[in-house]
Amino acid sequence: MSLLKHVWRAPLSAQFGLLMILLYVLVAVFAPVLAPFGETQVVGGGFEPWGGQFLLGTDNLGRDMFSRLVYGARNTLGIAFLTTVLAFLLGGSCGLIAAIKGGWVDQGLSRVVDILMAIPQLIFALLILSVVGTTATSLVLVIALLDATRVFRLSRAVAMNVVVQDFVEAARLRGEGLCWLVTREVLPNAAAPLIAEFGLRFCFVFLFISALSFLGLGIQPPTADWGSMVRDNAVLITFGDISPLLPALAVALITVSVNFVVDWMLHKSSGLKEC
Amino acid sequence: MTTTKPLLEIRDLHIEGHYEDAWHPLIKGIDLTLQRGEVLGLIGESGAGKSTLGLSAMGYTRDGCRITGGSVHFDGIDLLNAKPEALRKLRGLRIAYVAQSAAASFNPAHRLIDQHVETAVKNGGMSRDQAMREAVELYRVLRLPNPETIGQRYPHQLSGGQLQRVMTAMAMACHPDLIIFDEPTTALDVTTQIEVLAAIRDAVATYGSAAIYISHDLAVVAQMADRIMVLRHGKLVEEAETRKMLGDPQEDYTKSLWAVRSFRTEPKASPQQEQPLLELRNSFASYGRQPVLHDVSLKLYRGQTLAVIGESGSGKSSTARLITGLLPPTYGEVLYDGQPLPADFRQRSKEQLRRIQMIYQIPDTALNPRQRIVDIIGRPLTFYLGLKGKAMRARVAELLEMIELDPATFMERQPRELSGGQKQRICIARALAADPQLIICDEVTSALDQLVAEGVLKLLNRIQQQLGVAYLFITHDVATVRAIADEVLVMQRGRVVDHGSRSQIFTPPHQDYTGLLFSSEPQMDPDWLDRLLATRACTPSTDTLEKV
Repeated sequence: MSLLKHVWRAPLSAQFGLLMILLYVLVAVFAPVLAPFGETQVVGGGFEPWGGQFLLGTDNLGRDMFSRLVYGARNTLGIAFLTTVLAFLLGGSCGLIAAIKGGWVDQGLSRVVDILMAIPQLIFALLILSVVGTTATSLVLVIALLDATRVFRLSRAVAMNVVVQDFVEAARLRGEGLCWLVTREVLPNAAAPLIAEFGLRFCFVFLFISALSFLGLGIQPPTADWGSMVRDNAVLITFGDISPLLPALAVALITVSVNFVVDWMLHKSSGLKEC
Repeated sequence: MTTTKPLLEIRDLHIEGHYEDAWHPLIKGIDLTLQRGEVLGLIGESGAGKSTLGLSAMGYTRDGCRITGGSVHFDGIDLLNAKPEALRKLRGLRIAYVAQSAAASFNPAHRLIDQHVETAVKNGGMSRDQAMREAVELYRVLRLPNPETIGQRYPHQLSGGQLQRVMTAMAMACHPDLIIFDEPTTALDVTTQIEVLAAIRDAVATYGSAAIYISHDLAVVAQMADRIMVLRHGKLVEEAETRKMLGDPQEDYTKSLWAVRSFRTEPKASPQQEQPLLELRNSFASYGRQPVLHDVSLKLYRGQTLAVIGESGSGKSSTARLITGLLPPTYGEVLYDGQPLPADFRQRSKEQLRRIQMIYQIPDTALNPRQRIVDIIGRPLTFYLGLKGKAMRARVAELLEMIELDPATFMERQPRELSGGQKQRICIARALAADPQLIICDEVTSALDQLVAEGVLKLLNRIQQQLGVAYLFITHDVATVRAIADEVLVMQRGRVVDHGSRSQIFTPPHQDYTGLLFSSEPQMDPDWLDRLLATRACTPSTDTLEKV
């Protein structure tokens, strides 16, 4: 009930963002129902125009553009979400443990993260992916590892501010184990910035996967994915057709929406006045 | 009172603050009149609206506050309707403000002198040389060491008491007509406080400024103010000349503020034959290479209260950390019931940890804000005693009754819904939940208002009588020690300089440092500071006051 009230009072941008995210999730979940054709089904000639049988025309191989856009939501969003969750599980837990344990544990983890962060992300990803091959699993694992470093930095910094408080010392003196300290004492008090970071990180992962797909190293054909859809149909641009921009637009819209929502949540958790 | 036009005139002022999604009244119609050269004391507990009222005298409100009614006139100027540029010209130049924490109010990146002369040069039309000459003069009046060169230092190179005086000097740089002191000595040690109080008073007298002196400590205000206003819940309770107010308070609330320090426990006879519950033998400790404790020994018997008193940096809290195992000693040992305790708390058994519990200075940070009261108090019950579900809730309810909070109302609440005193009671209940034999109380009353603090002390005393727990009571407040200690340990710079029973310690003759500490405690007597300064001027030991 109170959540609804918060949403009702949220600024217009946040409400718009929430609505869009909800829409994307619904589309992703009900993709088979919504799409008139199959994901990889060739239903007509290449590059057929909009209207008629094909709402948004067909792509270079004659697959229905609209159906592929709908399925793309499922694939791209799903993989990005999974990757972000993994990155948070890995980076978040390491960050919290580093902050709580301090000393050698902290030093060790931080230096490893420094090394990973010293290599440009895209080049590192291209390197590893070209070695291990571009399956969806390796894609998820590699990007999760790379993004976990950023999550580690943030969660460690946030947790550092919490662990110095007396209630954490009280729990330590009580003899509580690491698990209790992480999950009950520190995490709930570090949650707000981490949730906001989750939204932002999701956007970055999402853009990163799209970028890799565009370069041909991301999600592999024939799976429908917004990044590769842009590449496949890029040639249409020269004929003044905006179809290849549609998947790009879908990427842009979800990114902006998530940012709106995260902005609002950060604003709320920081306790700043609304004016 | 003279018939000339007052310097500051506040009429029927109303201020509201925005929190929890609504506007709440903070100041509910207060009148205030201040003559030129007069010092007015504002006193009241936290949340009474003292600082809000003080700031409004500059035509300023904090973020999230708004003035909804009334008027503020400064020397005939309507501050509430003045233009921002006009206000900026007044502030710093004719009205100055001295904040509670000088350390947090200076810009750490600039030399003190540069910050000092900024307003005078920019708005006051002084040349930089002139402003700097006057600054040195002010530093001399405020008795700062090396007045010629101290301005060249950075804020972190000075002690808290010195910074507070530099800030006072800065406020006086443009010879303002009005200075607002907002708890300028609250964060200082008692011995330092005296220096600052004396310096402020001299400077105010020398330059003839009017002042509003805000404090929660009546004894301090009594030294400074000509007239006192007592505030509560944003309303005026009582207003009178200082001597009249001290001698003959009219309202019940004012009287209760006066009576606060009268609480005393019955001293318990010390059982010297018995085995001490806790013993610290010749312990040394250091943070890195910085030694903090030298040869500290103490003994605490069952059911007794040992008070450790000293200024900040005297090693009181380090002693507590050593006992709890957070700061392993470099030499020496901790004996509990005759058995040595492992130096590091991680090597101690659950049972050893259970027996020593701790209560912290600031209850806000000692309670996890994301847990309910029942979780906070219930955790030690589950962790140490294995109580779960109904049995645990029943015990939590019992504990809440013991700390005089209604279980039905408080069980499901979160810490932020509680007042400071209630939070500290919850901390006590959490310590009691472990069924300990020893509770270390680290400045447990210093973050609380006097009335609330007294309630907490009474509660601790009752619990001791009921359960026979021993307290190691760490404090910087002489009054608290006098109220509850059985044995007293005086610490200075990491060493024990004096110890004995309460009656021994408080009966003259005192040791040098103990005497200095006790005589620095402000008394409810407007002549106390004068007398004290007069006696100290005769003895050459005043240089021990400033330990830089």
